[in-house]
This record gives sequence, C-alpha cells and structure tokens, in this order.
Amino acid sequence: MNAKVDQEQKNPDLVTIEVDGVSMEVRKGAMLIEATDAANVHVPRFCYHKKLSVAANCRMCLVEVERAPKPLPACATPVADGMRVFTKSERALAAQKGVMEFLLINHPLDCPICDQGGECELQDVALGYGRGVSRFTERKRVVEDENLGPLVATEMTRCIHCTRCVRFLDEVAGQRELGGIGRGEHTVISTYVEAGVRSELSGNVIDLCPVGALTSKPYRFSARAWEMLSHAAIAPHDSVGSNINLHHVRGKVKRVAPRENESLNETWISDRDRFSYQGIYSEDRLPRPLVKRNGEWEEVEWETALEVTAKGLRQVVEAHGGGQLGALISPTSTLEELYLLSRLVRGLGSANIDHRLRQADFSDQAKAPAFPHLGLSVEELEAQRAVLVIGSNVRSELPIINLRLRKASLAGAAVMTVNPRRFKANYELAVDHVVAPQAMVRELAAVAQALLDAKGEPAPAGFAELLGDVKPGRVHQDIATKLQEQEQAVVLTGALVESHPAGAALRALAGLIARLSNARFGQLPQAANSVGACLAGAQPHRGVGARKSDQVGLDARRMFEEPRKGYLLFNVEPEFDAWNPSAARKALAEAEFVAVMSPYATPDMADYADVILPISAFSETAGTYVNLEGRWQSAGGVAAPVGEARPGWRVLRVLGNLFDLDGFDYQGADQVLDEIRSAVGEAAVPAAPAWEPVVNAFQAQGLVRLGDVPIYRTDMLVRRASALQATVHTPAAAVYLAAATAAAVGVREGQQVRVRQDGASLELPAVIDDSIPADCVWIPAALEETGVLGPMQGEVTVEAA
Amino acid sequence: MNPERLSEKYLTPEVRAEIDHWLTKYPADRKRSAVIPALHAVQDANGGYLTEALMNAVAEYLELPQVSVYEVANFYSMFDLKPVGRHKVNLCTNISCMLRGADEIVKHCEQKLGIKLGETTPDQRITLKIEEECLAACTGAPMMVVDGHYYTDLTPEKVDEILDNLE
Repeated sequence: MNAKVDQEQKNPDLVTIEVDGVSMEVRKGAMLIEATDAANVHVPRFCYHKKLSVAANCRMCLVEVERAPKPLPACATPVADGMRVFTKSERALAAQKGVMEFLLINHPLDCPICDQGGECELQDVALGYGRGVSRFTERKRVVEDENLGPLVATEMTRCIHCTRCVRFLDEVAGQRELGGIGRGEHTVISTYVEAGVRSELSGNVIDLCPVGALTSKPYRFSARAWEMLSHAAIAPHDSVGSNINLHHVRGKVKRVAPRENESLNETWISDRDRFSYQGIYSEDRLPRPLVKRNGEWEEVEWETALEVTAKGLRQVVEAHGGGQLGALISPTSTLEELYLLSRLVRGLGSANIDHRLRQADFSDQAKAPAFPHLGLSVEELEAQRAVLVIGSNVRSELPIINLRLRKASLAGAAVMTVNPRRFKANYELAVDHVVAPQAMVRELAAVAQALLDAKGEPAPAGFAELLGDVKPGRVHQDIATKLQEQEQAVVLTGALVESHPAGAALRALAGLIARLSNARFGQLPQAANSVGACLAGAQPHRGVGARKSDQVGLDARRMFEEPRKGYLLFNVEPEFDAWNPSAARKALAEAEFVAVMSPYATPDMADYADVILPISAFSETAGTYVNLEGRWQSAGGVAAPVGEARPGWRVLRVLGNLFDLDGFDYQGADQVLDEIRSAVGEAAVPAAPAWEPVVNAFQAQGLVRLGDVPIYRTDMLVRRASALQATVHTPAAAVYLAAATAAAVGVREGQQVRVRQDGASLELPAVIDDSIPADCVWIPAALEETGVLGPMQGEVTVEAA
Repeated sequence: MNPERLSEKYLTPEVRAEIDHWLTKYPADRKRSAVIPALHAVQDANGGYLTEALMNAVAEYLELPQVSVYEVANFYSMFDLKPVGRHKVNLCTNISCMLRGADEIVKHCEQKLGIKLGETTPDQRITLKIEEECLAACTGAPMMVVDGHYYTDLTPEKVDEILDNLE
C-alpha cells in the first residue's frame, strides 16, 4: 500500500481502526461501540444507549484493545487511528463473562414470573455470555418497590443500576425525577420521596430498562413476548404521526411500542401514544348498532341500522334541503374516512362538513394555506436558533415537537412564548410572555410594531388598524431582536390561537412577524389528521386536495351556533370536542335526526342521537394519516373489531351505495387511498401563507375564560385510557385564577363559585393559581364536568356561589 | 400551585450567605458544584441533620432537580437524614483500624454509652455513627472522628476521656 497516496485521500474527520481483523473508517471522536454497532459487530451492553450520555457503569461491553493493559469498555473508549480491537478474543470474552457473573450476584433468577421474560436484555446476554451455573450461595439483595404512578410498574430487586431511566428523564424528558439513592450495594433507583414519575414521556423508561425492573403497569402479566405479533402503525393522536408498533395477540392490542424513525419520533413516543390503546377496550365500546324507536334504544342488525340512517338523512335533506344537514368528523379519523364522509355529505347536497372542531375564527379560511403546516421538517426544528411559540402549550399538545424545541434550546436557541398562561417548560425560555387571551392581539401587534420600528418601515397595507397606536415595550423589542438576529428562526402558532375568537388576527400578526423578521412561519396542527382532513376535503369551503369548492358550507362553529335539522357525527363527542359544547348540546337536542358513527356509545349520545353505528376504533381499520410536515403514512388494520363494529370506510361505502351515489364501489381501503392520491395530486407543501390583514374580532369586557384541552383529554380514544386518566395530567375541574383576580371577584381558595358562560352555568371550586394572567380564569375544556360550558375562549362571569 | 420560595422559608440569611460564599468559587452556570458545602452549611445550622424540606430548599437555591440533592445527601455518610445527638462520633472500623483493635474500641463505646452503632443516647448527647469507609488516618489506627476532629492511637482509657468531656 502506498502510504503517501493513502494519506492524501484520507478524510481528516475519519480514523481507521480494525475490529476483529476487519478494517473500518470511523468518525473521529466516536466511541468504539458506535463503530461496532455501525458495522453490525455485536458487543453486549446494558447501560449504553445511543440517545443517552455515556455512563459506562455496567461494564458489559468490555473488549480487548491491542496494547491496552486491560479490557476497555467499548462505550467509553474513543476510537484512535490504527486501533486494533478484538470483541471476541479469549480475553474479551473472559472479561464479559466475569461482568455477567457479577451482575447476576444480586439479580433474581425469577424469569418465569417476570414480565420482561422472553424480551429481556439481561436474559439474552446471560444466555450468550453467562456461566451455566452460579458460584454464589450468598443471599441476594432485596429492594423495596416504589409506586411510580399508574403507568410504570416496578420490581426494583431486579434493577442492575444501568441508570438508563435516570439519564433519560434528565437528558431527554428534561424532568429529572429518578436518581441513584444510596451508595454501593445499597444503591437504589428511586424518587426518594415517592413523588412518582410524571413526565409526559415516562413510558420510554419501560423500553429502556434492560431488565424487568420497570415494566408497563397497564400491560402487566397480560401476555408474553413470544405469543404476540407486532405490526407497524401510526400513532393516532397528535399531528407528529409518531411511528409505533402494535403488539397484539389473538386480535387484541396488548401494548404499543415506538418504532424508530429518526426524522420524527427518534426512538421515543409520548405516553399518550403508548397507553391510549386501553381506550380500544373501554367498557362503553358499542358491540352492535343501536336505533332509537319511540324513545327506546334497540339493538338491531347492521342492515336495519344503515337503512334507518339513510332514511333519516334523506328525510332531512328532502324536507329542508341539503344545507340543513351538518357533518362533523374528528381529525383523528383516517384519511379514507375523512374523504368518504366528505364525498357522502357533498353527494347529499350539503357542504356543511368540518373537522376543525375546536377552531373559533374562520374569517381567514379562504386565504389559509392548503393545510396547516409546520413550515419546516420536524428534524429542522432542532436546528433553529430562534423560535417564537404563540398560543401553545407545546409540551402537552405535541410532546415530540417539544422534545425538538428542547434540543434547540439546549443548543443555545432562544425559544420564546407569548401565551395566555404560564405553562411549565422543561427548558429555559428566553422569553415567557404571559398575557390574558383578550390581550393576545395587542401583544402580537406590539411585537410586529417593534420590528417595523427597527426597520423604520410604516405598517404594511391593511395592518394599520390592527396595529393601531400600540407602543412596543421592552419584552416586545426583545422578541423582535432575537427573531431578527437569527437566520434560522421560526414563528409557530398553536392550539390556543386556533381556539382564540380572534384567531385570524393572531395568525395574520404571526405571519407578519415572521415576514418582517425573515423567519419561517409554521402552524402546529393538533390532531393526527388535521392535515389529512384538509387534503381529503373535510372542510366546508374546500374540496379534495384543499381545492376551492363552489359551494361553501358552514364551518364547525356555525353548524352548532346556527342549528341544523340533521347531524352526522363521526368519531365526535361534541361535549368534549366542540369549541362551544353548550351550543353543540342545544343544537343536537333540538335536531330532527342525529346519526352517530362512533366506536363508543355514551349517555350523552343516547340523549341526542337517533341511530348509533359502531365503527372500528384505532388499530382495527386500515388507514392513512398525514402529519404536520405533510408526510403521508399508512398502516393496516391489525386488531379484530370489537363486537360487530365495522371499519368506518366500509360503513360509509355502504351508505354511499344506499344513496345511489356514483363511485362508492371500493373493494378495499387501499382503493380509497389510491383515489385520494390521484385526486390530491402532487399537493406541494404550502408556501408561507399570504394572510390578509383582518380586524380584531375579540373585544372582551371583563373576565375571559381560557379553556385548553388537557393532554389526555384530546380525543375519544385517549379519554378512555384509564391509566392515563389516573395520572396527574388530568386536572380537577375547577376555576383556576390568580390571587389578584380572585380578590377582585371576591372568592377564596377552595370556595364554590358559579360560572356562567353563553347561557350555561356550572358550580366549581376556585383554585388560586398564579400561572394565570389577570382578567382571566382557566377552566380546562373536555373534562366530564366542564363539557356543558360555552366557548373554550370567551367571556365568562364568575361569582361566589 | 403558587411558587413559595422554599429557600427563603427554610434557609436563614446566614446559611444563604455561606452558600453564596461557596458559589463564588465556581462558575456561575455550575451551581451544582456547591451542593456539598451547601448541605454542610444547612446541616450544621439544623442540629446536625437534614430534612426533606431543607434538601428541597437547597435544590431550589442551587436551581437543581430535587432528586439530585437527595442523591448527594444519601451518598455521603457525613450527611444525616434523621435527628442526631449533639455530638457525632465516627469510629473507623476499616482494615487498618480493625487490625489495630477497632472492634474492641467499638465494643467499649457501645457498653459505655449503652447504645449500638447507628444509635443516639437517650439524652441526645452522642450519636455513634456507622462508619462505612476508611477515615484516612491509618498511621494512627485505631482512630475516631468526633465532630470533625481526629483522635488517633485510641485506647479505652483515651476514649473515656474524650467522650466524658463532651457536653
């Protein structure tokens, strides 16, 4: 070999090492184990994890390195040019065998009664590297278990102190809740104060635990790893579309695990995505169709139920016209369902179809981009240097997006918020500007004005009224400067902009701020198919492919505020999902005919519905989701539908046929998807929106309610996941208000107060909470108790009961 | 739900001043480095032991997760997490001291005070601490540490004298 040529061609960032006689080029500074992993050379390990810091405390990955006096841990040994490594030499194997023997001194040999049995890293490695017989006769260590909450079960005697869980919660979840308490043989992994693990990502410690110390509480002892099948799926809650695997046995989903996708969820998933499967088997799952006859519910055959549905809908349309039919569909439904319902409703002569159930202001919909889009890829998010988040509790809305923002922040980015409440962030916010909902427009206008002042420009055409004579303060200038001075910057709007009565003004201002600061603009669509719904045509003003439609129907809010004669609800519980539950309840109660397609039947539905068709829940039907980047992801149906439930697309197909609509002869969900694909065409990712300036549509006097949706109350499925409901993340129904507001209203902590909103009235206890701005009360939406109130954000009166 | 400054509630201005003094020795973004001296200051001001509230107050003051402070306080045997007597007596029982008769010294102390290692005399005068590691004075074995002061080349008579002079 010609050394000179070799040197010339050599990439200075790479070094050459030899592993088990095979030469390989490795990135300088990499640890040995990264090189062996990349080359598919297996080195056993427990504490090492590619997404966590190196602890090097289990010592299982010892390998022999030429000229090193003793075996070295591959996870903590940086590669060096010319290094010769032996992973399977006599010396390496003896070292690994020795470590294994030490680890088994205290680890119980209780595999037959351990939930991890059959999928345990310790078990596997012990088989490969351990001795057949133990030489220890001493008693083993016993560790008391700790209650970590409703999600993670513990069996701490099995813990080998790899500290993956500790490092994950600290480094990734940003909420260090577990620690190594004590010393030496007395070390235990614990919260020390029985505080429980509360991170919204806590379930990942179950996957990380290489032994059976941390296992899933809801799944516990319900199946064995070797009897389950695993199928790829897409998480059906938030708009990230995290990749997951469904583990199922005999047609029943037993648990959910992350499927690695570096560009979306990396190796993690949120607890919402992991534990929501419990909702599939909720007690209120409807096994057979129900029809109301003379006020009594009757179980009927599918054929009868479908006929009743068709007849009811036809009567509404024939007697009152298509415009009197309103259809609402959950944005967590599949793309196929969204598309077929939209075709069905339009086929019946109505354009009243919408999925934007929690949106308040639709005045800018004609100018809106084809779909709400993040404005960049999920991966790009962590490379941003300045981020302005407007009206979003990102951590609860999109936990995986929050992870990326946290990474950006740790890398030095200025993450700033303008929010109607101080949300708990797990990283340092450069600016956390908290203002009451009714002040949001003014505060954003001030940021825009600060940018205009800095540039010495006048207000752009049409914005003069919105900007008014607002005077930017220091905080507005601070936000403006930070956005402006960074090349990689993005402005994002979240759920609380969506549900804001002057949402259009907020979007226009956010767009203006992005334009003036040369930042990108993005929206945080909330549900798994918020984007898909726009492409599928499930909106009143746009058809498939988000193309302008001739007939513009009523949006989700007006469909209830201007009651229709007939309703078709698909995967929707308006009392929890609608922006204004009070109006929804009233409209539904007075309607002539209400057809509900839902996996569940609730007492509320029993009141207002005339027919309930049981459709498949998540995992039981094939379907496609389009995420916040516009990425299409499909998954097949895996689980057997409960009872006689049928996939939604099939039910819609039959209904289409009953109405003699053309082109409802699909043989499979894939045919529906093909049709959507060709109809949508190459729908480009929308460019930055050209929002038209609008006026501030929300001029509230007095107190305003802020009602965001708690993390585990977002949709039908997760609301039925009992373990998630038992966590601390579902707040008590109460009126939360700052001490000053409470004093002004004249209520004390714990006192019962009467809340009046939009004709609805409710008695709740008062809770003093200084994360709430003045002139604002926080009453969480989508709770059992609060599902009778009015708008999620809007005027409210509060007085001592 | 409202943030109450634990450090203001539980840490005296003097203790906070002492922690501040230690903080000046480390970079501003490495407050974690001061956790051991901070815990010493807090423990000394609290009759020789730490409580959960005090550890939480230190965590808040140093802007650390609470569990990080629990870890440190549980790791080092010089931090006590239960009430102790007025004087802490640490008897070294590690190898050098053991070879030089530490077991006898332990036995003598236990008999004299009527308590076992790890216990406190009923009059709250003396706590015999369980010492887990070598106290680093092997040249003077057997030895003990009383309230931070080293006493070497112990004999039962010498121990009597030292213990009798404790208030």
